[in-house]
Amino acid sequence: MHELSIASAIVATVERHAGGSPVTTVRVRVGRLRQVVPDSLEFCFGMVARDSVCEGARLELEVVPAVLRCAGCEHEWELETPPFWCPACAGTEVAAVRGEELEVESIEIEEEEAACIART
Amino acid sequence: MHRTHVKVLEDVLDANGTIARANREDFDREGVTVVNLMGSPGAGKTTVLERVVAALPDVRVGVLEGDVRGTLDADRIAFLHVPVTQINTDPSFGGECHLDANMVRSAVPSLPLGEIDLLVIENVGNLVCPAEFHVGEHTRVMVSSVTEGEDKPLKYPLMFRACDLVLVNKIDLLPHLDFDLERFLSNLDAVHPAVPRLLLSARTGEGVEAWRDWLIETTTREAVPA
Repeated sequence: MHELSIASAIVATVERHAGGSPVTTVRVRVGRLRQVVPDSLEFCFGMVARDSVCEGARLELEVVPAVLRCAGCEHEWELETPPFWCPACAGTEVAAVRGEELEVESIEIEEEEAACIART
Repeated sequence: MHRTHVKVLEDVLDANGTIARANREDFDREGVTVVNLMGSPGAGKTTVLERVVAALPDVRVGVLEGDVRGTLDADRIAFLHVPVTQINTDPSFGGECHLDANMVRSAVPSLPLGEIDLLVIENVGNLVCPAEFHVGEHTRVMVSSVTEGEDKPLKYPLMFRACDLVLVNKIDLLPHLDFDLERFLSNLDAVHPAVPRLLLSARTGEGVEAWRDWLIETTTREAVPA
């Protein structure tokens, strides 16, 4: 249910980088631990993109697996489901190495030839 | 037309984070400890707050109430003679299901920060969205009641992992429910191992003393000299 808020935040982020040009593709990295439902995010994105530079843009989601690391024994593992404790030493001081991402990785925009400037 | 690839690499919630840090600086400057109180609708957030405010005579408490509509909760808190500010997330019928940093930012000028030690922000009742949005708080407390079922930590790990204390409320109802407290606590440990938890009943007052002591201890620890 937070997908609507996240979709709005994605559109706001893209607007800051698109320079007013129409956007054709938005690539977003979503960590497994963010509890984002991809279908729901795509649906919400389509709604909030209306009347913005993102109208009609394709949302490409890269789902990043959750990788945890144990502070006690330094074991790293990919987490599919809880528990969030170390399978090697049963330690409870674990931190996410990957899986908490929620970032706009890149966008594709359409620019007039004359207005085409180098962007990095 | 020319198609251009633009690298962005920006956290989607960066804007919220920036505003949350500005809120936090304002709170720290005034030496106010801020608690973000979260939980599902009906978990008893307002009632555990009412109970503890009444038990904190030596701590100057202020409350910021977030609701989609209305001032029902704010009215209950105001009855206890503590300063209370209401944020409604629904100006028409499109209300947000959580507070974000900007909503709290807009309320900061109306908060009597110089006259309080502790600000409790009661978030909108919801087990998902509030966990994503920092508002400038020092600590996060969630209320989970025994009428909600013991599977909730497994269904909403984001929220249960985002909090620093879990208040398990309505324990006076345990004799009447099939709720398996041991299973709930082991589910809680599965998603957030060893997170502090307190069992209480806001209705009977059982356990409220420990919740009060936790708040006093947190307020003392987090307080930055003004």
